Formats: sequence, C-alpha cells, structure tokens
Amino acid sequence: MFVPCERGGGSASSDFKGFILLMPAVSVGNVGQLAIDLVISTLSMTKVGYFYTDCLVPMVGNNPYATAEENSMELSINAEVYSLPSKKLVVLQIRSPFIKNKYRPFCQTLLSWVKSSKCARVVVLSSSHAYQRDDEQLLGTPLRYLLTPDLEKAAGGLMQELNWKEMEKVAAYPGINDTEKVLHIPGGGITKLLFTESCSKGIQMAVLLKFCSEGDNIPDAFALVNYLNEWLQLIKSEVNTSSQWKIPSSWRLLFGSGLPPALF
Amino acid sequence: MATFFGEVVVAPSRAGVDDEEEAREETPEDREIRRELEKKREIDILWTLKSGATTESCADEPFVCSKFIVAIGRNAAAFLSSFILDSVCWEVVGVVKLWNEWCRTSSTTNVLPTDSFCLFYRLISDPTVLLCQCSCYVAEDQQFQWLEKVFGCMQKEGLQVTILSTCPVADYKTQESTLTLPSPFLKALKTKEFKEQVCCPLLEQPNIVRDLPAA
Repeated sequence: MFVPCERGGGSASSDFKGFILLMPAVSVGNVGQLAIDLVISTLSMTKVGYFYTDCLVPMVGNNPYATAEENSMELSINAEVYSLPSKKLVVLQIRSPFIKNKYRPFCQTLLSWVKSSKCARVVVLSSSHAYQRDDEQLLGTPLRYLLTPDLEKAAGGLMQELNWKEMEKVAAYPGINDTEKVLHIPGGGITKLLFTESCSKGIQMAVLLKFCSEGDNIPDAFALVNYLNEWLQLIKSEVNTSSQWKIPSSWRLLFGSGLPPALF
Repeated sequence: MATFFGEVVVAPSRAGVDDEEEAREETPEDREIRRELEKKREIDILWTLKSGATTESCADEPFVCSKFIVAIGRNAAAFLSSFILDSVCWEVVGVVKLWNEWCRTSSTTNVLPTDSFCLFYRLISDPTVLLCQCSCYVAEDQQFQWLEKVFGCMQKEGLQVTILSTCPVADYKTQESTLTLPSPFLKALKTKEFKEQVCCPLLEQPNIVRDLPAA
C-alpha cells in the first residue's frame, strides 16, 4: 500500500518506527483534512511517499503547498505521506472520498501498515455534525477527544491536565433504554471504525474532533489544529496562534472562480 | 454548502460513510447481491492477436509499448477520430467491455461516434505505438480495475503515456471570472520523469483532475 518516493534517503526516509502518525478522517466540513493541510504547510514537511490504493476516488493536481514557481510542478495525488523526522512526526493526507464499499478494506490495510511500520501512536483529526449535539453538548467547547485503552494508559493523565472533554457516548436505544451507551460519531466518516478497530488491535490511537457544519470550515480547521497543538506542541503556542499556521496556496478560490463583472 | 452568492451547492461526498450502512451486518443474501453486482461491474478487455483471434489474457506476452496515447471522454475521442485515426495507418487491437449506470460498451469494434466505446489501436508502421479511445464513462469503482488490466498488459520500461481529456470551463478556478476566459484552452500536468517540452502552461492549483485521467 505505501509506496516510498525515490529519494537519496531511501529506506531511511520511510522508517517510521516510534513516530506519531497524524491523519484526517474524511468527515463533515473536511475539517480534519484542512487541519492536516495547515500542519504540512506550516512545518514544510517533506513528501516521503504515497498510498497506492483502489479505495479512494482518483485525483491529481500540482503541488498544493507550492510557495514558488520552482516547487509548484510536483504532482500530488489522493493519499500522500509526509514526514518530519526532527519531531518524529509522519502525516498522511487524504484528498478524496472513499469509493462505495471500500472504506473497510482501507481501514484494515491502513491499520496493518501502522503496525508493520511500528508507529508509536496514531492521532486522527475528525469532525462530527453539529446539529446532532444534545442540549449539554450545545454549551461549552465544541472540541472532543477519544483515546483507545492503550493510549489511555500512556497519556490519559495529560488530557485531564489539559482540561479536555471526552466525546460522550449516546444511548443505543434513545427513549427506550437509556442505560446502554454506544459511541456515535455522525458525519465522522471512518473515525468510529478506525477507533473501534484500534481498540481491539491494541493500537494507541487518539481521535480529536470538532462539532461543525458544512460551510466555510477554515475557522474550524484552525480551531482543531490549535487543539492538537495544545497536546503535541508542533508550533510554539503564543497568544494568537491562528496567525502562525501557514495557509497553503491550494486554499485559494475555495468557493469558486471570480465574479463576472457583467453581473453588476 | 453556501457559496458567496448564497446559492446552495451540493457538497460532494464528505464523510462518505452512511451511519446506517456501517451499523447493518451483511446477510448472506446481501453478500450474494453485492458479489453479483461486482461481477456485473467487472471490466473485460479483449485483445486481438496477430492471428486474428481474440483473447482476454495477455499474461504470456505483454505488449512492447513505447508510446501510449489515451483519449478519455467524447471530445478527446472525437479529436483522435478527426485528426489522427484512419483505417490505413491504424488497426484495432483491443476493446473494453464494461457496464455501469451511465453506459454499456459492447465487444464490437465497429462503432459509431455516438456510441459508448473503449477501443485500442496500434500504428501499423510502428506497432509499439498504442492509442486508446475511451468515450464511455468508467465509474469510480471501475477506474482502478481499468488501469490495472490495461497497464498490466504493457511492458512499462521506456513507456511514454499521454492522456488527452476535457473538462468544462465552468469547473476551472481562477481569480477572474471564467466568462471572460478565452476558451477553449489547454493545460497540462506532467510527472517529473517527463523531460520533454510541454506545449502549454501547467495546470495551476487549486485546479485538479479527477476520474480516469487522474487514475
């Protein structure tokens, strides 16, 4: 599945032992993916490979993180892997939706790749439909986290210190039986599947998600990436961290082309 | 999703996973139906051998190919028909048979321009030059299969692939309005291994290519 780029680094550049894998879920508002774009762009991460998979809709374009004419010509596809060895960070970016019935095989293959490349832990950035919140969730922070039992043992205490809110479970049969609770992440794409599979496979996984709606999701992406930064400290957190994340050039024209002057 | 004008645009699939879909366990009947559907959506490629017989497999001898030109979509296919293909210099060597909700192709090589088809031609004077005219729509779940089956039959060393395709101007994202753009216009994407001169400007971000040309 993972195909490394041919570079001078060779096998060294695709050795992720002990790294944290950061990845998005394709979810409501594409917030996870936008947040990952900010991470890759700000940290100027190097592409080290891609996923050759039949599970995602194909797409291709030129370098979405181009800063100048010279680096704008590298092709970019739907699932690519970037790394920053100095922070022991490897990032997967997913740029297109799943093909029908293919999300399960993708999750299986991804998690076995996580195990075989010996990543220390996985952090999934995701989002969930804001309109599905209950009365209590409407108040307070829209950001939530989840930890698999293995990561709970390793880092659960830190979440308490950060004063983070764990994603609440909902009644399996609302109105009928309120005692049986299940995890429900509407609009979260493969988030729940990845999480439950990681729990059973003993993988250290954290899910960071934000309640949001479709629309201009750039502020949601900033909120999510700042939330992530509280934990992983990828960039120095100062008072106004929003201004320190670098918006990639591919975020131009998110809402379409310019307006025809004849309209006015 | 609302845009600047406030018109509602259907956001292309985001989460892509229906909650009900994942909650339901697959019964044996569901599995059978799914398998049948998958079989129906399988792509078959029939190659014409030198002897005139057709074969589905090319496992024994992959084509030696130096140049492979693929025209995807009716416009690109029509371009090849109008300017490149003729029965004197080119011969049909393969046909793709597929079905999806949008179109069905058959195994006949005698096609009309209005049909949906996917044919392979070879230049008689240089049999390493292959051409594919694909006017049918290859669905998302069939694109990878198409790719593997077609390229699986080719020797890929020294192969140069050129993909011709069209997109609506309205899909092109630019600072000015697309109404004032002189169209049609050409844009290109190339791999870093392609060292020759490209005849037109490269496709700028945030524009992307999807579907079979992307695959």
